[in-house]
Amino acid sequence: MTSAAAYQYRKLKSNVMMGVTVAATVVTLVPLFLVLGYLLYKGASSLNLDFFIHLPKPVGQSGGGMGNAILGTMQIVGIACLLGVPIGVGAGLYLAEHRGTALANAVRFAADVMMGVPSIVVGIFAYAVIVRPMGGFSALAGAFALAVIMVPLVTRTTEEMILLVPHELREASLALGIPRWRTSVSVIVRSALAGIATGVILAIARVAGETAPLLFTAFGNRYWSTSLRQPAATLTVQVYTYAISPFHDWQRQAWAGALVLTGLVLALELGVRWVTGGAAKAAR
Amino acid sequence: MPDKLVTRNLSAFFGKVRGIKSIDLNFSANVVTAIIGPSGCGKSTLVRCLNRMHEVVPGAHAEGQVLLDGEDIYAPGVDAVQVRRRIGMVFQKPTPFPTMSIEDNVAAGLKLNGVGLNAAERDEVVERSLRQAALWEEVKDRLRKPGNSLSGGQQQRLCVARALAVKPEVLLMDEPCSALDPISTARIEELLLELKADYTIIIVTHNMQQAARTADYTAFMYTGDLIEFGETRQIFTNPTRRETEDYITGRFG
Repeated sequence: MTSAAAYQYRKLKSNVMMGVTVAATVVTLVPLFLVLGYLLYKGASSLNLDFFIHLPKPVGQSGGGMGNAILGTMQIVGIACLLGVPIGVGAGLYLAEHRGTALANAVRFAADVMMGVPSIVVGIFAYAVIVRPMGGFSALAGAFALAVIMVPLVTRTTEEMILLVPHELREASLALGIPRWRTSVSVIVRSALAGIATGVILAIARVAGETAPLLFTAFGNRYWSTSLRQPAATLTVQVYTYAISPFHDWQRQAWAGALVLTGLVLALELGVRWVTGGAAKAAR
Repeated sequence: MPDKLVTRNLSAFFGKVRGIKSIDLNFSANVVTAIIGPSGCGKSTLVRCLNRMHEVVPGAHAEGQVLLDGEDIYAPGVDAVQVRRRIGMVFQKPTPFPTMSIEDNVAAGLKLNGVGLNAAERDEVVERSLRQAALWEEVKDRLRKPGNSLSGGQQQRLCVARALAVKPEVLLMDEPCSALDPISTARIEELLLELKADYTIIIVTHNMQQAARTADYTAFMYTGDLIEFGETRQIFTNPTRRETEDYITGRFG
């Protein structure tokens, strides 16, 4: 083959591979935008102020909203974060700083197994250890179930992100006479913060969309729940209940609920990105 | 010159492998001592033993004594963290903390060690350290910019300033110029000559000209052994050992 022909052949191969990767990207993105677009199309028409601040109306009456479910989701996911994020980040830090110890290997294995446990099983677990001893469904039990799902996700991403911090930074810090714990917290974790925050957001987005573990923990509530020890409405369970109902009005509201849930996760993501953006830029 | 730092029968191990073998060296106060030798001869391992950074590597440990002002830093009950505050270190690659501004980088050693400073004291430490590291004039208008917004040579001088801010007595430099261009290298070398008035400096270098230019004393190491130690002029013009002569004349290494 002459060099010109070889060049043409290589260029052809390059173009074909480029076409394949572009096609794969399009195939990936099209369903995403279809889902979001359809959600917006179906959900936006049912959105109004009432939807955000009112309770669901009894069957047969139109109008009303999911104010209690929006608040419930925020409460339950918020408490799940308070429980799950510190434990997950702490465990991830331990795994990264004590690689190779028997405990670290056991914890890493357990986290990997826990990530594969179906979420409904986590719900049953929460039912057994929280709902039954407490004598009833509660927002706390729901938050506990979601936290159990979050911990292994946060643990493993934290570990991965900390391992990405260059070894030289740790040595530079230790050589200044900075104690090891302080080096871990103020140099290593701080350098990995943007990545850890991204992992936390992904975990939050994952649990905010969970329905199964909430069915028999937080259960659902047609009214405002006044205590964390009471059953609480959540967007996912409410969407589920409304979507499978025979009432046209409820089905419309289910679309709106799904849209609000997506919007909440998106807003959270943008918020955390904005807060950690400075650190991420500095780390580059 | 009094001896600031003395090693006695110092060996360093990686697991069972002995990286340096029974080194006896005296480092005088207020002079620059260079450690030269081919790659893998144990130069870096030796300086890392001098501020107990060697043991940070998993499975590594040191045996023997390192006397700082006559007191063994490996004696039982001596806190490695306290040793490192007295014996500072600058590494091969510049390592500014990426999440911190220039001034926070300089103050990091004090702040993270829990030394309470008010704003005025802090500014004073930052300015003094940056001046000592010959960086103040270049960065005084952008102290709040990230530390890694500087050029490589500036970053290395920032690391020197960061080490000096803790007020160490000894400064260890592990090939501090190997990642720098000739102009930045010249700045660091000038800096060494200024700093030795106040500090005891030990520099590891691959570059024999650098040792000849900066060091008062030079140690030559080969395969973990200390082959020869003496005044730099004598080592380079009239070495007593055959290996030293072969190395400095470029016959190996």
